[in-house]
Amino acid sequence: MNNPAVLIIDDEAPIRRLLQITLESNGYNVLQAGTGKEGTVMAATHPPDIILLDIGLPDDSGHNILKQLREWYNQPIIILSVQSSEEDIVKALDAGANDYLVKPFRTGELLARLRSALRKNVNEESPQIIIAGDLQLDLTARIVKKGNEPVKLTATEYTLLALFAKNEGRVLTHHYLLREVWGPGYINQSQYLRVFIAQLRKKIEQDPNRPKPIITESGVGYRFTAE
Amino acid sequence: MATLINRISKPMQYFYCLLMVCVAAGTCLFFIGQIDYRIVAFLLLLVVSVAAVLFDILPVLFTAVVSALAWNFFFIPPRFTLRIDNAEDLVLFLMYFVIALVNAVLTYQIRKAQKESLAKEEKANTIKLYNTLLNSLSHELRTPIATIVGATDNLQNFSDKLTDINKYELVNEISKASFRLNQQVENLLNMSRLESGFLQPKTDWCDITALIYDTVKRTEENTGFRNISIQADPNVPLFKLDETMMEQVIYNLLYNAVIYTAPDSQVVISSACHADVLEIIIEDNGPGFPENEIADVFGKFYRLKNSRAGGTGLGLSIVKGFVEAQNGSVHLQNKRTGGAKFTINIPAETSYLNHLKNE
Repeated sequence: MNNPAVLIIDDEAPIRRLLQITLESNGYNVLQAGTGKEGTVMAATHPPDIILLDIGLPDDSGHNILKQLREWYNQPIIILSVQSSEEDIVKALDAGANDYLVKPFRTGELLARLRSALRKNVNEESPQIIIAGDLQLDLTARIVKKGNEPVKLTATEYTLLALFAKNEGRVLTHHYLLREVWGPGYINQSQYLRVFIAQLRKKIEQDPNRPKPIITESGVGYRFTAE
Repeated sequence: MATLINRISKPMQYFYCLLMVCVAAGTCLFFIGQIDYRIVAFLLLLVVSVAAVLFDILPVLFTAVVSALAWNFFFIPPRFTLRIDNAEDLVLFLMYFVIALVNAVLTYQIRKAQKESLAKEEKANTIKLYNTLLNSLSHELRTPIATIVGATDNLQNFSDKLTDINKYELVNEISKASFRLNQQVENLLNMSRLESGFLQPKTDWCDITALIYDTVKRTEENTGFRNISIQADPNVPLFKLDETMMEQVIYNLLYNAVIYTAPDSQVVISSACHADVLEIIIEDNGPGFPENEIADVFGKFYRLKNSRAGGTGLGLSIVKGFVEAQNGSVHLQNKRTGGAKFTINIPAETSYLNHLKNE
């Protein structure tokens, strides 16, 4: 694969500069835009492989830009946000953003999210066997194993786990999970989600002290990680 | 006393003054055969003095006038007239009038002066507190900034004189200082959310056990401390609480316990449910808190007298604010065996949902 092109849309020049240095030194081609308008034009003229979009652009235009981009742009979009704005993040994820990063973020985290989002895109055919630590999930045979031991899951637990595994590395919001597993009528029944996540964790996690592979994204949702 | 006066409305003050004069005069009328009418003047003056202590200036002057007239009308011969025949009685009556007025005015002025000096003292205290806050705040923000400025300057201008280890250490200091700065800003944001009074908990179903595990993990990652033990009751139900607030509360208490105790200390977090009240206890076996400062530690920007650097001075007041915003309480005590123990109690709606287990 050629060097992937990243478009950064952020009004803060120091942040763009920092991202540019970090990304270029890690083999990405970097495009930059300081305003939402400039960003949409650039995305149309030089379609990038992935977009980093600051959701806190002045005039609340971050959400508008996301909406405009999603009308035609199908590649991953990662939202950059500041702390204590879970509502903004959830809104953006529900509007089609693939992932989010909270400023200040660590470089390792940024690169991992980019890799994960781009990997999704390369293999549109998602793998049928997913491995996370000592957990093995066979999506065709619907079999889950921990080490060599089969894990007995209820139907709902399996549906939830399979959904996580198919979206490995990606944050899934509470609403998304409730809608996908239980149906649109259940998006406010968050107690279902809590109960089943707890049960699922009990069955698949090796050490409850170090929660893995299901990571809680406080106030936003959950992320399943195989790394 | 001052609050009593403020609570009684003006018309009621006049009414009470009149009532006191009537009661005093009536009592004297009852005993008129046994006491001289001049003694009555002293009793009425006493009433004026009492009124001067209790009420505003105008009702008190009113008392002085009414009591003088009452004395004249009911007691000075010829009785039941406003006439005074005797010259001696006339002098007494005028003196009574003057003494009553002077009494009223003097008492009022003393009270006013007292009130002013109290207000002045209060203002001085506010300014002192404000300065303490500003000093503390600028210290908390400037220390990490100074570290970052110093370290980057060093790396930019004296790079050739630094060993690789020096450089690594400087970069490490920049990283730690940035983290601290970020944390302080987050605390300030939380504090201003609390202060604004608009803070409404966004409640939803919370898995407290999962939240505890996650928060312990985050604390350990941020502090490098690996000795937090968890005694979470796995059977606590779901609670309807603000998850973000709860996370901040638990994090702040764990973070404090970790950074203010020796590296080999034990930090324990436990949870339980007693009749729809969630209880979370965070304790350590560190030095505990000085008994005389326990009442103050939840105050804004309060730092222990011998506190070591690194804290933010806001963590515990945010804990208190967030817990109370959810109608709960937080309590600190020193354990008999040594160490501090924070107990949080929050009443909340619960959900067991046991029937879902087999779906």
